[in-house]
Amino acid sequence: MSSYDGKKLGALHRHLHAHMPSDPALRVKALESLAIEKGLVAQETIDTWVEMYSEKVGPKRGAQVVARSWTDPAFRERLLDDAGQAIKEFGFEGHATEHLRAVENTPDTHNLVVCTLCSCYPFAVLGMSPIWYRSAAYRARAVKDPRKVLEEFDVALNDDIKIHVWDSTAELRYLVIPERPDGTEGWEEDRLASLVTRNAMIGTQRDLKVT
Amino acid sequence: MFAPDDPLKPPGNRFSEPWQATILAMATAMIREGHFSQDDWAHALGAALKQAEDNGQPDTEETYFLAALSALESLSETSGIAAKDRSARKTAWGNAYRRTPHGQPVNL
Repeated sequence: MSSYDGKKLGALHRHLHAHMPSDPALRVKALESLAIEKGLVAQETIDTWVEMYSEKVGPKRGAQVVARSWTDPAFRERLLDDAGQAIKEFGFEGHATEHLRAVENTPDTHNLVVCTLCSCYPFAVLGMSPIWYRSAAYRARAVKDPRKVLEEFDVALNDDIKIHVWDSTAELRYLVIPERPDGTEGWEEDRLASLVTRNAMIGTQRDLKVT
Repeated sequence: MFAPDDPLKPPGNRFSEPWQATILAMATAMIREGHFSQDDWAHALGAALKQAEDNGQPDTEETYFLAALSALESLSETSGIAAKDRSARKTAWGNAYRRTPHGQPVNL
């Protein structure tokens, strides 16, 4: 004997179908499929980027660049002169680094990077930007009150240390070169690179910890 | 309030949702193919973020990516992807998901 159970049937119905994506996921799927059909972008290009920036490209690249700038004065000079060119020595050129400027921390200066307009960031050397970098709060406050923002990141600066805030644009992005920590004399490049953090290369960390 | 990174926290996926990564991948690809410029993207994204802020949207990752999606949709209109086409295609994908049994590939 059969009976009708609407609730049970509904549950079965939902189970039998593929998981329904969220509203924004459907919007993206619509846009993506139309753009591919019109030949505006290739599926492979999108897939490659997603794989690269979800898994592979990260701040280790920037850390290698910084470590070399500590061990090789001629490279440091090239980096400060034209960072976009200098990173080509590592093969790191690519997304949004055509115009990259490296800025160095010194005992009396500290550099902090922001994009007040949106979220411009040197993806090819630092990977995907952290969530806070894209937040409205950081974009507004890093310029208005950098010292306070840095305090929240546990960076306490003496009043005599000058802070430079660099506002990234679509045309020009920044990489902070932190100071080489004491006690690392004679270290090889890879070991030095392991000390360099993403936040230090944005400027929301100053002193690197020797581990 | 910001906070320093927790060195003990394991690195998670850099995107909370796959659609978020697709937006940035598409924007990058369309810039590279010359459909709009890096500057166009920055300004469209900046305007969408400002609008979200003005509308009182919460300062979250979701808000950021919804703004990025709006920016990409509006820039795509200049490349011939009209709002009505997007809307029809979205409905079509929704229907495709509804009619496809779980575990099967979803096709239009």
